[in-house]
Amino acid sequence: MKSGPILSLENVVSVYGGGRSWLGRAQPEVRAVDGVTFDVQEGEALALVGESGCGKTTLAKTVLGLLRERSGNIRLDGKLVSGLTPQQARLARMTIQYVHQDPGAALDPWWTIGHTLDETLRIHAVSDRAERARRIEEMLSAVGLDSSFLRRYPHELSGGQQRRIGLARILILHPRIVILDEPTSGLDLSVQATVLGLFDELRHQFGLTYIFVSHDLSVVRRMCDRVAIMYLGRVVELGPTEPIFRAPVHSYTRALLSASPSLTPGQLDGMPSLRDDPPSPSAVPSGCGFRTRCALADRVCSAHRPALEAVVDDAANGHMAACHHWQDGLFSSADGSLAMHGVGAQ
Amino acid sequence: MTASAPALLDVRNLSVAVDTDEGVASILDGVNFQLAPGSIHGVVGESGCGKSTLIKAILGLLPARSRATEGSVALNGKPLFGLEQASTAHSVRGRQIGFIPQDPFLALNPVFRVGDQLLEAMWWHGAGSDDTNREKPRAQRRRAYSERIVELLRAVQLPDPELALARYPHQFSGGQRQRLLIAAALACAPQVVLADEPTTALDVTTQLQILKLLRQLTRERGVSMMFVTHDFGVVAQLCDTVTVMYAGQTVETGPVATVMEQPSHPYTRMLLACHPERSVELKGIPGAVPSPLRPPAGCRFNPRCPEVIPDCESGRPKLLPASAGRHVACFRCHAEAVP
Ligand SMILES: Nc1ncnc2c1ncn2[C@@H]1O[C@H](COP(=O)(O)OP(=O)(O)OP(=O)(O)O)[C@@H](O)[C@H]1O
Ligand SMILES: Nc1ncnc2c1ncn2[C@@H]1O[C@H](COP(=O)(O)OP(=O)(O)OP(=O)(O)O)[C@@H](O)[C@H]1O
Ligand SMILES: [Mg+2]
Ligand SMILES: [Mg+2]
Repeated sequence: MKSGPILSLENVVSVYGGGRSWLGRAQPEVRAVDGVTFDVQEGEALALVGESGCGKTTLAKTVLGLLRERSGNIRLDGKLVSGLTPQQARLARMTIQYVHQDPGAALDPWWTIGHTLDETLRIHAVSDRAERARRIEEMLSAVGLDSSFLRRYPHELSGGQQRRIGLARILILHPRIVILDEPTSGLDLSVQATVLGLFDELRHQFGLTYIFVSHDLSVVRRMCDRVAIMYLGRVVELGPTEPIFRAPVHSYTRALLSASPSLTPGQLDGMPSLRDDPPSPSAVPSGCGFRTRCALADRVCSAHRPALEAVVDDAANGHMAACHHWQDGLFSSADGSLAMHGVGAQ
Repeated sequence: MTASAPALLDVRNLSVAVDTDEGVASILDGVNFQLAPGSIHGVVGESGCGKSTLIKAILGLLPARSRATEGSVALNGKPLFGLEQASTAHSVRGRQIGFIPQDPFLALNPVFRVGDQLLEAMWWHGAGSDDTNREKPRAQRRRAYSERIVELLRAVQLPDPELALARYPHQFSGGQRQRLLIAAALACAPQVVLADEPTTALDVTTQLQILKLLRQLTRERGVSMMFVTHDFGVVAQLCDTVTVMYAGQTVETGPVATVMEQPSHPYTRMLLACHPERSVELKGIPGAVPSPLRPPAGCRFNPRCPEVIPDCESGRPKLLPASAGRHVACFRCHAEAVP
């Protein structure tokens, strides 16, 4: 018995630039999000993973309503919330909150931490002062900081401490969907474990839904139910976490998994790099966006853009990939090892 | 470790304190380390233990209420400390030490084009000792430096490097900004690079290219690097040696393979056990990091350490040589090492 998805994206496109700047210089258009479709179920943690600059933050901002989508539909609880003005869109999506990728820039340098947290609650209409103090205290200890931090200014905190304040600030609002943009980068392993444990706990306690943007694959594997792999504004592989980590089919996903640095020292020289330079986001290759870096690419790949399709017989499993040659990929990784046939070594 | 090669950067007994409303807080307490030419030294430790402060102290960039209270820093045998006021300090540091700051969002000025910001440092410091462009006419010099930057931007995998120069910082993604800063730090061809979590915003394929690029610089040009990170995978693949810090002090230091595969300080062991691939339940090390205003007596880790012996609460453990080329500051490890 499953109800509909809590959030649903259909062919969402977000574009930067285009038109002319005030100097009359033509601005090349960047389709940072280029036709993204997926559903998020209530209570799940969906990871968004992909190359730096592939459009993860842009997608997050679009979902939040901070950036207006060029086209496509966004539904929250089945209700259409796209095609609105930015103000209306943000209002309609108030239950979605965002933890900023940059902890320092998200805090007001002139306010103490205590002031910032208090103000956040006041803006969100928590008028009882004692209630605000209680929630702040509770959340602060949940992220592993004591109340002496309330008197400090952002520059008096280390990077990791700022990040924990950023988390506390969103979580005290009790949102339904939380978009976490790189929530653990800059945390030491001990604090990271505590924060990840906290995410798990809060998720169960409040039935939260997470969209988890992260570059740390061991964290993703540990925390998320499903993974969406993005490349150049598109989702190239999507599915439950374990099958994707065990038997990735898209060449990009396989390159990504094999580039994750292991804890066994001294393997750098043997790790294969992606070939070629990253393509320009304002002149995306025709057909498959990854073809210029993929060893499996042929004429079909430059002629047709591959659709996101189911890659196993069992459609209920939900493992999908956008690749004309995913069968080849599946074949080469059938022995369970991360065969690198799909990826050109440099 | 190659103890014989003279260190390019030599940090001795460095202590830093900050004046706060509640008193003086000790942020760094007697930190030592040496960078040999061509080597990469990793620095890990809990968030807030003073890693960024260490870099800022070396660069003479400590914030207003902080100051170095003790110790010395020497570059190529020449002391850097005490040079603070002299204008030479700035140029020595700018020319010979490249710095990759921790926060890619705050480090770039939002109102200037990226190209102008990257060119500025080269304009002042040139592009290394073999830079022949300094005598050239303005326009030629500008062109040469722009070309060098474009080349570096390509090396750090930035798409459209030529167009990037004319864009503003907000038009780049987090990881792209981080790569702009890496390119900026390398532009003046420094001998020493101090990198403060330089790859946190990068996906692993891009990170891999950057790690390879940095490794290549150390091999081919003898550049030395200090690399602050929380990612033990990166330490394992990139670094030759590593220092583990806790509450402003070094607790363990040595060759990467030794420290990572047979960690001996309880903090190192407990930290590694928190790795998502290793920890059974997601729990951090019990207890909290001590306030730098009131560090505990004895070993600073003793309130959280499951293996305390009476010594731990009285004296401060010295960083002493231990097995397999490492140094450890732990009474229990010292006691066990002596038969
Ligand atoms: N304001 C802007 N104007 C023009 N282009 C932009 C702007 N903001 C982002 N971009 C471009 O859009 C693309 C996607 O950026 P985005 O910030 O969404 O990437 P990301 O996936 O979050 O990357 P990272 O992992 O590095 O944070 C990038 O190529 C970036 O250069
Ligand atoms: N004005 C101040 N009052 C009290 N403590 C301060 C002040 N300024 C800095 N600190 C403390 O100094 C310590 C060192 O900070 P630093 O930025 O060097 O840590 P770090 O090791 O780089 O941490 P991270 O990994 O989180 O970046 C932090 O615990 C910080 O809270
Ligand atoms: Mg981003
Ligand atoms: Mg730091």
